[in-house]
Amino acid sequence: MAEITYRQALHDALREEMTLDPSVILLGEEIGIFEGSYKITAGLLAEFGPERVRDTPIAEEGFVGAAVGAAMLGMRPVVEIMTINFSLLAIDQIVNHAAKIYGMFGGQTAVPMVIRTPGGGGQQLAATHSQNLEVWYAHVPGLKVVAPATPRDAKAMLTAAIRDDDPVIVLENLALYNTKGEVPDGEQVATIGRAQVIKPGTDITVVGYSRSAVIALDVAARFESEGVSVEVVDLASLRPLDRETICRSVSKTGRAVVLEDDWLTYGIGAEVAASIAEGAFDYLDAPVRRVAAAEIPLPYAKSLERIALPDADVLVRVINEVLDATRFTRGESR
Amino acid sequence: MTDVLMPRLSDTMTEGSIGQWLKSENDEVRRGDVLAEIETDKAVMDLESYSDGVLQKILVPPGQVVPIGEPIAVIADAGADDGSPAAPSATAAAAAPAAPATAAAPTPAAPTLAASGAVPASGGSAGAAPEAVRLKASPVVRSLARTHDIDLSTVTGTGPGGRIIRVDVDRLIADSAASTKITEPVGTAGPVPAGPAATAGAVPVAAAQVGAVGDDDEQLPLSNIRRITARRLTEAFAVPQFYLTTLVDAGPLTDFRAQINAGLGADGVKISVTDLLIRACAVTLRAHPEVNSSFGEDSIIRHHRVHVGVAVALPDGLIVPVVRDPDRKSVSQISTEAKDLATRARDGRLKPDEFAGGTFTISNLGMFGIDNFTAVLNPPEAAILAVGATTEQTAVADGEIVVRKVMKLTLTVDHRVLDGATGATFLADLTSLLQNPLRIVV
Repeated sequence: MAEITYRQALHDALREEMTLDPSVILLGEEIGIFEGSYKITAGLLAEFGPERVRDTPIAEEGFVGAAVGAAMLGMRPVVEIMTINFSLLAIDQIVNHAAKIYGMFGGQTAVPMVIRTPGGGGQQLAATHSQNLEVWYAHVPGLKVVAPATPRDAKAMLTAAIRDDDPVIVLENLALYNTKGEVPDGEQVATIGRAQVIKPGTDITVVGYSRSAVIALDVAARFESEGVSVEVVDLASLRPLDRETICRSVSKTGRAVVLEDDWLTYGIGAEVAASIAEGAFDYLDAPVRRVAAAEIPLPYAKSLERIALPDADVLVRVINEVLDATRFTRGESR
Repeated sequence: MTDVLMPRLSDTMTEGSIGQWLKSENDEVRRGDVLAEIETDKAVMDLESYSDGVLQKILVPPGQVVPIGEPIAVIADAGADDGSPAAPSATAAAAAPAAPATAAAPTPAAPTLAASGAVPASGGSAGAAPEAVRLKASPVVRSLARTHDIDLSTVTGTGPGGRIIRVDVDRLIADSAASTKITEPVGTAGPVPAGPAATAGAVPVAAAQVGAVGDDDEQLPLSNIRRITARRLTEAFAVPQFYLTTLVDAGPLTDFRAQINAGLGADGVKISVTDLLIRACAVTLRAHPEVNSSFGEDSIIRHHRVHVGVAVALPDGLIVPVVRDPDRKSVSQISTEAKDLATRARDGRLKPDEFAGGTFTISNLGMFGIDNFTAVLNPPEAAILAVGATTEQTAVADGEIVVRKVMKLTLTVDHRVLDGATGATFLADLTSLLQNPLRIVV
């Protein structure tokens, strides 16, 4: 088992799938000669040639549409959209074409394509380049949306996404590209649609995904030393959403907090909270709480950007509020 | 048509029974007429009619116990046709909820802007009719209450806004589980394993708390008042408390009382030691506001008025009627009130506000010849005074052995509210007052 970065894990998944399957092709801005804005595709143009690694014009709707067509004709295109913010230019191709074709044309053709795109703020890229729009896609039937939190999952989920016959959005995160973690040697293929308990606990459930799952894990470790056993559920897949795993956890702990990188209103947390209300209502001892980004266009100024984004400190405060609301005694284990 | 419902007549009342109906079916009733006598957990109360009409139907016969809020009778509007369903009123249009004034704007504490979904707890239904307050309980509590057959209206919520949360019922469940375990073997054929290894964990503890019923035993159902007494005392016992005992030279007090009673003559009210104690405690409490306090979970509540309760034994329980403002009343006034309260307490005819709202309690077992005892706190009051009998004791005074009258007082103190020194100062001042009894009345 090797310890590699999230960036390297994505690269390895692309390279391995391209090696195994000649129908896997890459499209995107600056992914070839420049080797990608975040260097995920480093070396792949040299290795696989311009037939399979295509630099595209700055025209998201065009190259996503080209990928939809290629997928309909049997290729497995993997599109890189430089950030999720730019996917808005291609949203008609994604929502009205990629997501609909299989169903609207009676299953005559699947659309086995992948869109890799990073979300997330915190890099001082200002309001238009720092958004978390994953819920826009997680809302749409016909799409699958995965959001890996660790290098291990990044590799296993991208591999699964490439092999999946439906269009899959792989949500990456700018803040995670340099994080390191152990990745098992050999082929690992995730099951899309399954959440995972990445840290078991008994007292409170914290639900996260992507970057927020990493923060939740860190906060859980802090609480452990105070005698609070936090269970962390990493959604991993935003669509399909694994409500069963979420509800099973909350049924055990009776308390839940969702940490999400997007905005509060109509966000991932809203869906999770509603799912808990429907599936684990009788186990709740306090209202489900959500920690999300401030409802403003993200400021550029570092100081303002920092306080607008949800972080470990806010999560700690809200966890404490939920524990207090249920008069939780530290060190108690049930 | 109006349903007459079993009213909630006290904080602790969850059910009541009809003592007797004072109106019969088809009697005409006017607003304010007494319809029936209701027996609650602690008292018998009159139930007055809220509307004019005819008592069309009595739904609950005397003696039957029904939960509060249950219909017990039906009053038909004067002159109305029987049985006609209430005409639909023009409220359907108002069903759409008004838009919340603040659109659930999250208000996170500084210095963060990140949204935390902390919608200010609603429930502030401004302008709502003063109906019975909706019981607030978390979903898990409601589901546990169903499973374990817990009446949530008897549970005090300690969560936000008085919400009943899991910790509030866990104890009840543990207790009921323990009692189930104990009573299960009774009447079951299977032998109970005898080995000590077989009864690990909670069972031995429970066995110490809850009695088992054997063949030679009789099981008496708890009366309402016994049940409430048991629950309140169990709660009180969980409070961290300490005890301070002092010996009062009771000679002057005994003489003083004899002097007063002689002066009152044959037809006057006889003043008891308890009456003097009520007034003495009230005067001392006035000088020690820190003792005239209650524990309020996250605060201490200091009472600006002094209300002294006196524990009264009933055949099947205990009740503490309260003398209001005894620091502003004469001893004879206190005596008259205390006697009236005690008499009506024994008859079960106290009104709920007559046994609520005390700020301090006196429990006197002196008349039973008890020298010295400790009383269990009467929450949320910060202290309770246990009074023993006045006895004769030898003492050495000026090198000679003398016999003097003494009385032992024990103050039980809620340590969350008061510390030892504060309690001791209060008790010392009370003792000094009792030893100079003229000061009690001036």
